[in-house]
Amino acid sequence: MWYLPLLTILMAIGLSIPLGWWLWYRLDCSIARNKLERWLCGGENSGYSILGQSWKKYCTSLVLFNIVVFFIGYMILSNQEHLPLNPDAKKKLAPGTVFNTACSFLTNTNLQHYAGEVHLSYFSQIFFVLWKQMISPAIGLAALLAMIRSLRGDSHCGNFYLDIWRTLTEVMIPLSLLVALLLMPQGVPMTLAGALEVTPLAPDKEGDKQIIARGPVAAIVAIKQLGTNGGGFFGTNSSHPFENPTFFTNLIESICIILLPMACVFLFGRMLKETRQARMIFIVKLLFMALLIIWAVITDSQTPNPIFSASKPMADTPESPFIQSLPVENEIGNLEGKELRFGRSAGPTWSALTTCTSNGSVNCMHDSLNPLSGLTPLCGMWLNCIFGGVGVGLINFLIYLLIAVFFAGLMVGRTPEYLGKKLEVREVRLAAIALLVHPFLILLPCALFVTLNWGSESTNNPGAHGFSEILYEFSSASANNGSGFEGLQDTWGFAEESANPSKPAPHSLAWDIATGIVMLLARFIPIIAPIALAAYLAQKKRVPFTSGTLRTDSFTFALLLVGTILLVGALLFLPVAALGPIAEHLGPLPFGS
Amino acid sequence: MSIEIPGIESRARENSFTPSKDSQSMKPDSRRSNRLFQRDLIRTAALKALVMFRPDYLWKNPVMFVVEIGTILAILYTIGKGIDPDLSHANFLYLILLDIWLIATIWFANFAEAFAEARGKAQAESLRHSRKGIVAKRKKREGEWETVSSLDLRAGDIVIVRAGEWIPGDGDIIAGTASIDESAITGESAPVLREAGSDRCSVTGGTRVLSDEITVQITARPGESFLDKMIQLVEGAVRQRTPNEIALSLVLSAFTLVFLLVTVTIYPMASYIEKYMADFTGTAELHSLGTDVPTLIALLVCLIPTTIGALLAAIGIAGMNRALQANIIAKSGKAVEVAGDIDTLLLDKTGTITMGNRRATRFIPMNDISASEVGRQAALASTGDTTPEGKSILELHCKNNQIAIFAFEAPRDSIFIPFTAQTRMSGIDLPNGEKIRKGAGDAIFDWVQQLGGKIPSGINEQIDAIASNGATPLLVSNGASILGIIVLEDILKPGIRDRFDRLRKMGLRTVMVTGDNPLTARSIAQQAGVDDVIAQATPEAKLAYIRKEQAAGKLVAMMGDGTNDAPALAQADVGVAMNSGTQAAKEAGNMIDLDSDPTKLIEVIEIGKQLLMTRGALTTFSIANDVAKYFAIVPALFAGTLPWLKALDFMNLYSPYSAILAAVIFNALIIPLLIPIALKGVVYRPVGADTLLFRHLCLWGFGGLICPFIGIKLIDLALVFCRIV
Repeated sequence: MWYLPLLTILMAIGLSIPLGWWLWYRLDCSIARNKLERWLCGGENSGYSILGQSWKKYCTSLVLFNIVVFFIGYMILSNQEHLPLNPDAKKKLAPGTVFNTACSFLTNTNLQHYAGEVHLSYFSQIFFVLWKQMISPAIGLAALLAMIRSLRGDSHCGNFYLDIWRTLTEVMIPLSLLVALLLMPQGVPMTLAGALEVTPLAPDKEGDKQIIARGPVAAIVAIKQLGTNGGGFFGTNSSHPFENPTFFTNLIESICIILLPMACVFLFGRMLKETRQARMIFIVKLLFMALLIIWAVITDSQTPNPIFSASKPMADTPESPFIQSLPVENEIGNLEGKELRFGRSAGPTWSALTTCTSNGSVNCMHDSLNPLSGLTPLCGMWLNCIFGGVGVGLINFLIYLLIAVFFAGLMVGRTPEYLGKKLEVREVRLAAIALLVHPFLILLPCALFVTLNWGSESTNNPGAHGFSEILYEFSSASANNGSGFEGLQDTWGFAEESANPSKPAPHSLAWDIATGIVMLLARFIPIIAPIALAAYLAQKKRVPFTSGTLRTDSFTFALLLVGTILLVGALLFLPVAALGPIAEHLGPLPFGS
Repeated sequence: MSIEIPGIESRARENSFTPSKDSQSMKPDSRRSNRLFQRDLIRTAALKALVMFRPDYLWKNPVMFVVEIGTILAILYTIGKGIDPDLSHANFLYLILLDIWLIATIWFANFAEAFAEARGKAQAESLRHSRKGIVAKRKKREGEWETVSSLDLRAGDIVIVRAGEWIPGDGDIIAGTASIDESAITGESAPVLREAGSDRCSVTGGTRVLSDEITVQITARPGESFLDKMIQLVEGAVRQRTPNEIALSLVLSAFTLVFLLVTVTIYPMASYIEKYMADFTGTAELHSLGTDVPTLIALLVCLIPTTIGALLAAIGIAGMNRALQANIIAKSGKAVEVAGDIDTLLLDKTGTITMGNRRATRFIPMNDISASEVGRQAALASTGDTTPEGKSILELHCKNNQIAIFAFEAPRDSIFIPFTAQTRMSGIDLPNGEKIRKGAGDAIFDWVQQLGGKIPSGINEQIDAIASNGATPLLVSNGASILGIIVLEDILKPGIRDRFDRLRKMGLRTVMVTGDNPLTARSIAQQAGVDDVIAQATPEAKLAYIRKEQAAGKLVAMMGDGTNDAPALAQADVGVAMNSGTQAAKEAGNMIDLDSDPTKLIEVIEIGKQLLMTRGALTTFSIANDVAKYFAIVPALFAGTLPWLKALDFMNLYSPYSAILAAVIFNALIIPLLIPIALKGVVYRPVGADTLLFRHLCLWGFGGLICPFIGIKLIDLALVFCRIV
């Protein structure tokens, strides 16, 4: 049971070290290597050496670029019925769905208020989904590069366009090609042909036809896993046999989830020449991730589904005698919503990996996890820095680290300093902003939706579980994660109501707009504020290191950092955790609606 | 009358009047505030704390301001409940108790600040009171003097002060020399000498002239002297917050905001649960404390960092007080705080590292004379010498030969030859015609050669060898022959090496500043264990050194007294001017040491570090407390709807009401309990940053996690015992 998580993590660490070196070697190069790179730098180079942009210019480029990407994406999605590569004749999408999806893929969230195989044409899959899945992690990585350059004391943040270009061509495209090639022999389809219509082996009645969706799946799955994207080709994501057919593909895909976020830490160490510092960060992150995986596996793979355990009091409903009489083996853990071809612990492990990093793909239904195991994905998203998204995860972590440095500095009686730069009012203000955004964007809309019937009328389950569904949706949007607890009716789909296979959800427009706005704010404020913060630090004089200086790579500091992350990042979610998963776990079992 | 020896600083300090004391020793001043709580101060502070409820006053403290708004709201709800019982489903006694403890929280916070302020004022006033109503003789025009009150004096006025009179204000002596009793300010009973035109020309108001008569030009207007500024600094109204304090308040505000968000969003969530559970259980209406506004306010007050928010101002004021207790007047709070960040310490050798006076330690004979004969001759030459060096020669000889000092006398009719700048030697002409001289090497060489004597071979090498060990060689001659060498050594202060080791552990680099030649300087530096030396230091060299260090990103502290130190004092990040120094030096520095004790720099740094540490420790404590409060309050909030959340209540509290009350009471009581720590500062040990962090993390972080669990449980038991719940 523990082999799979152990193997995944060890292999990911092993692979991320050389990858971290590669990132550093190819991305942190202040010389334009060819004419194209010189052109990308525009006026900001002299000869072959890159002069780089100030933080304001870098952020302006970043925002402008994102605006352009957003509109192109919006145009593609909203006109998919007129565009080519549409063998299954997908229709016009509803405006709410288009807005939400455009925000979602721009921000590396990949929250899907649609089902890929139902609603998107191949053109949308390739030129919207695939393209944005390539670009959005590159933007995150570029932001990290800019921040590290400032922390290093560079006078500039580098060139945004060049960073994007290099990330795409040197990292994203080659890596995803490699992964796609590994997946295809295992049975992941890669075709532009339309859906298959086949006769089922055991038809219910004569003339029954089954439609089997397929398409350019391998290409999308590869970058979906690598770029902490998570938006699958199919609605059921990596639990679908075409996205994740075997134990082996499951292993590859699990590793891909954490590969780049792990490599980012090594990139950080290399760029700053602070190996010990990077090691400390890596270990703290690994510790949190290991705890979350262990928690999930213990509470889910080693704990039976409470419905079937006799010790659990159960509400008296018509279904209850029927359900409790089901012949289910209680000893092998909670099997509901799992794909058993991956093994018992694959689901909980993946659920931890995918929410620690802001990936958001799933290989089991998080809705069906035991209540307490549901805390694992929630905690992963609340902290949003345990490896986190490509680039941005480390940025978030550095903000926690700076807050810890602030406390530690005071406790040793010196003005707090990180990497020899003093943290003063301006930096603290920016760190506070970057930190405050996340809880605000989770708790406020969550409170709004439970007050209005938008929330209570959209949940499949009542009570605590329904509350978890709402909470999960906004946590996922704010963490730019994109995984779904499911069980929430938030899909409209095609603009034409009758074209949808199932009736559009009544409040899907509210969900589309609210989560869209949350995703945008939660993406850009915590990117821009830290870049500015680092740039302010860059302007400061470096204080020499003495024995009175606080070391930020020591065991003691790591301890403080863990405490800070727990107290600042997780503690404030205790009331909602109590109302959702914990109440569900402790209380009697109501189900149905 | 002293021997001019290369390297001896010619400035005499008060230190030569009184033996140098270790700065750790008790001073009369620090004794007067040994008792932390004095009844009259408590009364003043308690009343002031009531005035400080004014919202415009609390506005400056965002954390407590939020508490005040919350309290007002809670009181309104309580009154509303009296009118319309449906307004809140909590019971009435509970609401009233809640209001009382919320008010107490604010009062405790106000009291902490008011008390720190009152102590500071009391301390500063005790320095200042003697000055009030001093009669000053002001110069009207040439030869005419008028009698005015010291309060009417303006900068530039010239006053005359005679023996036995009080000096009416800060100023410079422009004519005359006097010995002055500064005990009112420094607590030091030995009188000090002040002299016009020297580096020791400045006088402080409130001190008394003991002898002679001086003419003083007043330099500060009443209310603007350094003491007045210090008093203002401890008063909340003018107290400017330091950058670190602002940064911390920002973090605290962020915490307040985020917990405000947490509590505000609980209301709709709790009512959602109420609605659902009512449906589920089939009851018409179900209520939990989660939708009771006063309870949510209690939760908010418990979660936001009220402990540190309440004590923040008090900590800052207490830091200034501690400086004042150490007889240091800081011109701004920032200066004290910056002291904690100092990387490099410029210390004068004399008086700081060494005792400041050289003492004879050995006699080295030349040719075939015995060492004790050299000693005898040297002692004879020193009988008329009253300098410490001269006396030490006499003492050494007497000690070597076990004779009493008073028994050793020069023969009657001997003529003492005093030291002059021209001859650069002193000595004695005995009645039998012998001319004994002692002095620096080249002076004696000249003297002996004039008399036709010969310079012994190898003596130059010996002189150099002695000098390179940090000692000073004096030659003794009788007539035309050189008898031997007196070795004068400047003795290191006891324990100074340990002190520097401690400083090094704290990460400070010590730099010794001395007028000695590089060879001597380096040798002393090695003995004392300092990291670097500025030898043959000129004010320019000091300034250049400070600039060099600052360019490398370091913060530099130095101490100085002369006018020519002023640029360096102004340049240094922490410049401590000695009270005995010139007005220019005092203006340039950002602190003034009333004791004029060069070891003060070390204390200043410790005060600065302690100030930051106290803030850091209490912040950590305050935030760590939240865990226990959460576990007490969250189950209580939803007891009405989700009773099974009781499993989260590890403390097993009696009832929801008692849980919330206990948390609020703990939150309020912890403030007065921590006032002593806020005022005295956390215990500080000079160890490296990592060790320090570990200690504080264990004590305040871990302690802050555990302590409220115990505290809340005990209060809960007490509430049950008193049958309040």
